[in-house]
Amino acid sequence: MATHEAHDHHHEQSFIEKYVFSQDHKMIAKQFLITGMIMGIIGVAMSMLFRLQLAWPDKQFPILETLLGKWGADGTMDPNIYLALVTIHGTIMVFFVLTAGLSGTFSNLLIPLQIGARDMASGFINMLSYWFFFASSIVMVVSLFVENGPAAAGWTVYPPLSALPQAMPGSGLGMTLWLVSMSLFIVSSLLGALNYIVTVLNLRTKGMSMTRLPLTIWAFFVTAILGVLSFPVLFSAALLLIFDRSFGTSFYLSDIMVAGELLSNQGGSPVLFQHLFWFLGHPEVYIILLPALGITSEVISTNARKPIFGYRAMVGSILAIAFLSFIVWGHHMFVTGMNPFLGSVFTFTTLLIAIPSAVKAFNYITTLWKGNLRLTPAMLFSIGLVSTFITGGLTGLILGDSALDINVHDTYFVVAHFHIVMGLSAIFGMFAGVYHWFPKMFGRRMIKSLGYVHFWVTFITAYGVFFPMHFMGMAGLPRRYYTNTSFPMFDDLADINVMISIFAIVGGIAQVIFIFNFFYSAVRGKKASRNPWKSNTLEWTTPVEHIHGNWPGEIPEVHRWAYDYSKPGMEDDFVPQTVPIRENEVETGH
Amino acid sequence: METLLIIIVGILGLIAIAQAVRVFELSAAVKGEDASSENVTDKDNRNQGILLLIFMIFMLGGFIAMIFGYSDVMLPVSASEHGVDIDNLWDISMWLIIVVFFITQPILFYFGYKFRGAKKKKAVYMEHNNRLEFIWTIVPAVVLAGLIIYGLATWSNIMNPVIGEGEEEPMVVEIYAKQFGWTARYSGSDNQLGYANVRMIGGTNTLGVDPDDANSLDDVITTELHLPVNRPVLFKFRSQDVIHSAYLPHFRVQMNCVPGTKTQFMFKPTMTTEEMRQDPDTQQKVANINEIRGERGDEAWQFDYVLLCNKICGSAHYNMQMKIVVESEEEYNKWMSEQKSFAELL
Ligand code: HEM
Ligand SMILES: [Cu+2]
Ligand SMILES: [Cu+2]
Repeated sequence: MATHEAHDHHHEQSFIEKYVFSQDHKMIAKQFLITGMIMGIIGVAMSMLFRLQLAWPDKQFPILETLLGKWGADGTMDPNIYLALVTIHGTIMVFFVLTAGLSGTFSNLLIPLQIGARDMASGFINMLSYWFFFASSIVMVVSLFVENGPAAAGWTVYPPLSALPQAMPGSGLGMTLWLVSMSLFIVSSLLGALNYIVTVLNLRTKGMSMTRLPLTIWAFFVTAILGVLSFPVLFSAALLLIFDRSFGTSFYLSDIMVAGELLSNQGGSPVLFQHLFWFLGHPEVYIILLPALGITSEVISTNARKPIFGYRAMVGSILAIAFLSFIVWGHHMFVTGMNPFLGSVFTFTTLLIAIPSAVKAFNYITTLWKGNLRLTPAMLFSIGLVSTFITGGLTGLILGDSALDINVHDTYFVVAHFHIVMGLSAIFGMFAGVYHWFPKMFGRRMIKSLGYVHFWVTFITAYGVFFPMHFMGMAGLPRRYYTNTSFPMFDDLADINVMISIFAIVGGIAQVIFIFNFFYSAVRGKKASRNPWKSNTLEWTTPVEHIHGNWPGEIPEVHRWAYDYSKPGMEDDFVPQTVPIRENEVETGH
Repeated sequence: METLLIIIVGILGLIAIAQAVRVFELSAAVKGEDASSENVTDKDNRNQGILLLIFMIFMLGGFIAMIFGYSDVMLPVSASEHGVDIDNLWDISMWLIIVVFFITQPILFYFGYKFRGAKKKKAVYMEHNNRLEFIWTIVPAVVLAGLIIYGLATWSNIMNPVIGEGEEEPMVVEIYAKQFGWTARYSGSDNQLGYANVRMIGGTNTLGVDPDDANSLDDVITTELHLPVNRPVLFKFRSQDVIHSAYLPHFRVQMNCVPGTKTQFMFKPTMTTEEMRQDPDTQQKVANINEIRGERGDEAWQFDYVLLCNKICGSAHYNMQMKIVVESEEEYNKWMSEQKSFAELL
């Protein structure tokens, strides 16, 4: 901490230093957020396009030709570009929006501010982390424009499909760029995560013990550890795939004849790739989810004007979920022919996750009980998160059960499950975070009424899109189908498909409200006061105008945990962490 | 042209929102409300609380409506022996989920409404409650223990079937996948599949079956899958190019086909195609579908079992299917006698 005192706060920064190659965590957070939002717009737009196809497979939409060129000739979507859109949609949503966009934004913004640090441990590495992410985004977007189309083997890029350009057009240059982009992404994410871990461990201000950390920080901290442990495994999986694709090795390939050509590869195993992929892939869903849960804890507690219920249980459940997330990856592979006993083990570990998850859900609900709820847009999105977390979590009990997974694996039941529990929950958490910390980011307020409209349209359409998909799964409809008209047995799903697509298009367009609110408010919004939500955490003790080093004078000292809301015997319904414990105050053990 | 239109509409939309916001603010200012801060007022809390309540009612109502409204689209009864066990486990899990859903969601939204804030209210300070937390850790744990035990027993019965004393050996059939079609290879009278490998593919030998292996000669290769009812069958899966997944939803069967390895699944079909066509749920479903097809001018459909591909495998993944016929022993034998053996094929 002392080393940071040496910072020269009055050093004049050039435009480039301040806005482009910034080393200030607050600026880097905004860069992550805006890049993530742009990627999000692309990802959501793609989902609207393929929803057009799924609902009206035999109609022609001139817009498809405009946007997709030869892949949408005559306004009809090509099956290959359908798969490519689904693949890039999934990749962008999972990695670019909900990993980099979510963690990158809020870990960067909040870790130094909430633990009382002048900046990240290494501003330079932090800057590199953003620029690797930026480069990775550029490569991913460029891959959309190559001759044979972008990667199309699904966001899970299972070989041999992803390894053999003969197997599908997207497995040519598009796939190479996908791998390059993801490698850059992994570097970005590791640089970021190491920084977060070191910062949380070393740069906490005086009095900020681990048990006084806000739950946001706990979530970001554990998320970073998950990333450091799992992303390298994805990197090795990608590396071996690159070898198989370009240097003739056979890690994942054996006994293959494709497009009439017999390949010489022998001895490899495609299933090996799946083990490596899901060793990252499952922790990845918690890398997405935990920050959203952390944000929700903070937002719910602040706006319920109540301490988060069961702080220790909340920390414990984050740790339990994180630990378990490393030993459940096999639930994605129940029907790969794996040893049935191994399947049993994965069923057991997977269903165990329900316990800490249930604890979290109950604790959120109890935090609301007898609160004095301030229903801000952020609070509504957090309540929405709890709702989707429960709905989506419950169907996990089915998919985690190997016997039941046999019949719904890879169907729309899965699409419904993971969108609700991971996609919606995390997106809602991200929206909650933006609405809540916008005043901290831009010194201005977002427009409340637009926030309400945005929440309700999003919440209703989100359920409208994903809830009915459960029934399509129970009808046996496989995912990643370009159309389901090849099977008369699915003809009765036509109406559901149309309904889902209408919800999807309305919900997608409604995001314009948010985008508008965001940029309009960033420039013209009403000026925010220093602590607009009457919150306890340290970020609200910094000046509204951003300064390098965060606090003009000394870094404040912390005397209590972050959740003394509505504490009896206090005059206000909040007691900032910087307020010393009073003599006659009831000791709370924090 | 169209792009231009879209851009114009987009810009107009943004302007409209901006104007709406201005009107909102002006009207708030006229009413003397605190429009200067974007802070949440008591009135906001009331409105949003009521909306939460209304949403809850619509959500739960919609959920119930879907359960009834969509009961027809779901798969009919299981046509296999183990499928009945899966369906039991499914029903139990589903009921559990629905009960928890219908308890927690209303509580969540009701609390959102009931405890909506107001200036003069104050929240109750409550940090934790060990007894409560203990209860809601233990109760899910116990319930889950039950689910896990039941689930694992079912799984183990399905995946490690035991062939008892005096019971019939399962009939061995290979399911062969390639972009974008399925082929079946019956093991013939010896019930042994001949050795096969992609390296031996050539000419009419499209599955790469080894002609020098004595077990190969009586193998029978077909493009439709016929199965005798009530006779256990052991599927062996192979793929020629990429991963596919053999999905037989009516039998609750699924297994990936992985190039370079063999996978397997054993089960017993218990209902013939004809019996399934007579099932009331199936008839209802078929009637609904034919009504829709009629409106579209498509020919009427008759129910058939089908094998679908359920692992992304390329452009025609969505149309990789094989018809399955389950029939009586005699009908099956008759059909089989009309097929050519591998030896005849060569
Ligand atoms: C506008 C909202 C969204 C809509 C309408 C939507 C729709 C869909 C649909 C229908 C599919 C399945 C297509 C198929 O299997 O053929 C899909 C796939 C996927 N979506 Fe979304 N989605 C949305 C938002 C999200 C979000 C927020 C996430 C973040 C996790 C996400 C992640 C994914 C992933 C990972 C896949 C799987 C891609 C694959 O199969 O390779 N989506 N989406
Ligand atoms: Cu998983
Ligand atoms: Cu396929």
